Amino acid sequence: MSETLYPISVEVNGVERKAQVPARLSVVDWLREELRLTGTHVGCEHGICGACSIMLDGEPVRSCLMYAVQADGHRVTTVEGLAQPDGSLSVLQDSFCQLHGLQCGYCTPGMLIAAQGLLDTTPCPTDEQIREAIGGNLCRCTGYQQIVDAVKHAAARLAVKR
Amino acid sequence: MRAGSVAEACELLRQDGDAIKLIAGGQSLVPMMAMRLARPSRLVDINEIAALKFVALEPDIVRIGACTRQCVLEQNDALAARVPLLRQALAWVGHVQTRNRGTIGGSVAHADPAAELPLAAQVLGARMMLRSTAGVRCVPAEAFFAGPLATAIEPHECLEEIHWPVWSEHRIGSAFTEVSRRHGDFAIVAAAAQIAVGDDGRCIRANFGLGGGGQTPLAFPGLAAHLLGTRMDAAVVQSVAQDAAVELDPGNDLHASAGYRKRLAAVLAARTLRTAYELARGKP
Repeated sequence: MSETLYPISVEVNGVERKAQVPARLSVVDWLREELRLTGTHVGCEHGICGACSIMLDGEPVRSCLMYAVQADGHRVTTVEGLAQPDGSLSVLQDSFCQLHGLQCGYCTPGMLIAAQGLLDTTPCPTDEQIREAIGGNLCRCTGYQQIVDAVKHAAARLAVKR
Repeated sequence: MRAGSVAEACELLRQDGDAIKLIAGGQSLVPMMAMRLARPSRLVDINEIAALKFVALEPDIVRIGACTRQCVLEQNDALAARVPLLRQALAWVGHVQTRNRGTIGGSVAHADPAAELPLAAQVLGARMMLRSTAGVRCVPAEAFFAGPLATAIEPHECLEEIHWPVWSEHRIGSAFTEVSRRHGDFAIVAAAAQIAVGDDGRCIRANFGLGGGGQTPLAFPGLAAHLLGTRMDAAVVQSVAQDAAVELDPGNDLHASAGYRKRLAAVLAARTLRTAYELARGKP
């Protein structure tokens, strides 16, 4: 029995992507398996770990808790979309490298999306605000301190740029 | 499939309500589907219905559309001025990523016994407006929450609006607190209170409630009445909080025993009552 497919059109990292998807396909599975954007990670698949965080219309959300059909007509940014147009790392990404804001790297895409969401609305966050922003993301290497430091470092670098 | 209007959603529910589950933010429903605890045969997406996303400030009530995102409510200063308990409760609901997607109606309709928004609805006496093709009916919070993940919503009905009463008293204070393993997790016990104080510093109106202590969040208007006319000193507050905790029927699990939950409930109830009172008394 063939599954019914639904047409969708989603702007992913600035590019219009059209697809035919089954209703049951999650956004994260669509991104990874069909678009091959494997930067976004699948962790718990029920909204706890935050590894699958993406931006939906500019706000961090969990892509395992959304179906691809629901993204129709919306704008998605994945961790790949945070990099600069020439492919080099953004200030935030580079700050994670500089301050060892990652160990195994599994939570990193989610942490970057959460941190980017914070910096978009709060360019000079306090430690408290950073902790609140990444509160929905689990790092099982428990390297939280360096992640907070990296976000702070990025905010300071971006402030100098402005 | 996607519903373009409330009328369309209601018509679909009329035809096939038993097989359909409405999906709003999906922050509770999708995890339940992922764990196969829910297996709806059809989902109807109500996220794109603009008419379900609004905050309307009226003299005695605030009307909120069921599909209004939690993050939008959290940032609404005018709403926080009228119904302060709502912002205080929202701060404990999940995380930034889930509040960006989660809706007020979704949380209330999901009716987790430990969830924050159902508790706030109980304490403030919110009214749920349920729409079907036959019309609208209004169900007050006390009759709405029927059990764990169970409400008065019939299979052919859609939660359309939630009406939050605005207290007209001059000096009002409210407080929300909870204990959970980590901030953003489900509460082991949650407590909420709202108090109004007269010119002489005595309590003139009070309600409070507890979540995580049984089948549904509970409010204790009868016990709160003992606070009226008092200056809410430690003795009276503690006795009322103790009596509330006695009425709970919490479960035992890995995270906390029933006895611990009851003790915690008394402590948190007393704490929110005192905090709400002090806030109200401090108002000019």
